[in-house]
Amino acid sequence: MNQTVWTRLDLVARSLFPFALTLLLVMASIVPLRVPDLSPIVPALGMIAVYYWVIYRPDLMPGWAVFLLGLVQDLLAGGPLGIHALVFLLLVAAVGAQRRFLVTGSFALVWAVFLPVAAATFFLIWLLHCLNLDMLIDARSVTFQYLTTVAVYPCLAWLFAQAQRAVLR
Amino acid sequence: MKKPAGTLSHITTPVRALLHRFAFILLVASAFGLMLLGKADILLVERARTAVTDAVAPLLDLASRPVDSVNGMIVSLRELADLRAENVRLRRENERLRSWQAVAQRLEAENTALRRLTQAVPDPGLRFITARVIGDPGGAFARSVLVNTGQRDGVAKGQAAITSAGLAGRVAEVGSRSARILLLSDINSRIPVVVGAGRDRAILAGDNTAQPRLIYMAPDLEVQPGAQVVTSGHGGAFPPGLPVGVVSRVGETGLRVAPFVDWAHLEYVRLADYELSGVLLSPEPPATLEANRPQTPAGAASDAAPGTAQRAGQRAGR
Repeated sequence: MNQTVWTRLDLVARSLFPFALTLLLVMASIVPLRVPDLSPIVPALGMIAVYYWVIYRPDLMPGWAVFLLGLVQDLLAGGPLGIHALVFLLLVAAVGAQRRFLVTGSFALVWAVFLPVAAATFFLIWLLHCLNLDMLIDARSVTFQYLTTVAVYPCLAWLFAQAQRAVLR
Repeated sequence: MKKPAGTLSHITTPVRALLHRFAFILLVASAFGLMLLGKADILLVERARTAVTDAVAPLLDLASRPVDSVNGMIVSLRELADLRAENVRLRRENERLRSWQAVAQRLEAENTALRRLTQAVPDPGLRFITARVIGDPGGAFARSVLVNTGQRDGVAKGQAAITSAGLAGRVAEVGSRSARILLLSDINSRIPVVVGAGRDRAILAGDNTAQPRLIYMAPDLEVQPGAQVVTSGHGGAFPPGLPVGVVSRVGETGLRVAPFVDWAHLEYVRLADYELSGVLLSPEPPATLEANRPQTPAGAASDAAPGTAQRAGQRAGR
């Protein structure tokens, strides 16, 4: 009896792992690194995490979790509310539709698909910010942010794969 | 996931898919709703934000400490390498500053004497709260930092955040143990300043780039690159005379200001608790000269100011 409770708790903890890890990354991405000129182009770690887990463990990254992660990101960033929540949900819908094709694909393929997906996501974020402020925002910074995000993807995806093997198997 | 066997699955699977789709649409609609809410009820959104930053602040405080230690180590190692050159430079600077100190002392004495002569009311005192920067959300759309002091330390909205180099921004949101500083480069930042020796008024407007613009300047004014930009104190929220930066670019596209503050090493900021923050409501306004306060709102403030000037005039006449 006692053991089943513990096993169940263990199972719940493990199933919460992708969400918790992504939440941690969203928070970690605002720790000031004091690196000159990094702050405006800091990679969107939350976006990478959502993309990865929706492909490999969509059951552990449900819609409400994605919404919540986007909301926390919006609240921490101090920007307008709801933008990341919406964009993450659309990302999940788009990637989820092609999931079967991606989950069996190679690492390079998943990364290659991330390029246009991230581009579209960043474009949408930029567009929503522009609409919110009712003015055109300089797109250079967001372009560089896209590039750093794409560049960081392999490292983070590798870490996720290790974590998935260690915790979820 | 285990699927229910038998005929039941024929019914439950489509229902489940429908529910799933409905939940998704509901979430998307909520996201849109939140966007509208952010436009409509700013106070509520602000409260939600400060609640989250308050909750995360201890974690961020903890996480940013090792980063700071490592950075401190790197900086001290680098300094160790050119200790000699630095020493020579500092000696030279010290000499130069000493002569400036003499000038400043003379000017201060003169200023005090002149103030006494015109019966100017002294500027209210400043109290500083030192805060550590614990969060930098970064990204392309906002320029703000989180600090580890809040309401319980006396931080209030609108206070100026300054570093040893100059103005960094202002307090935009305050939680009980954290606060958000809107940096002067943020797209929403507007700070009244005066430019150059002519003390021409302008507004320093951020646009998310490292060098904010100067707007609402009289068109016929000539500004040279290198002109000093300091806070004007208009509006009463900021103390006047805080160094902001220098004019870096003058051209067709407008004036740009290079701020003094070093964004990469924004570790600590001082929040200036200016005792004047309620200027628009307080019965006794600061006795700055009439010419310097063009936007005095109607009411108590504008009534009292001429009185001050009159008293000064009577005294001079005697």
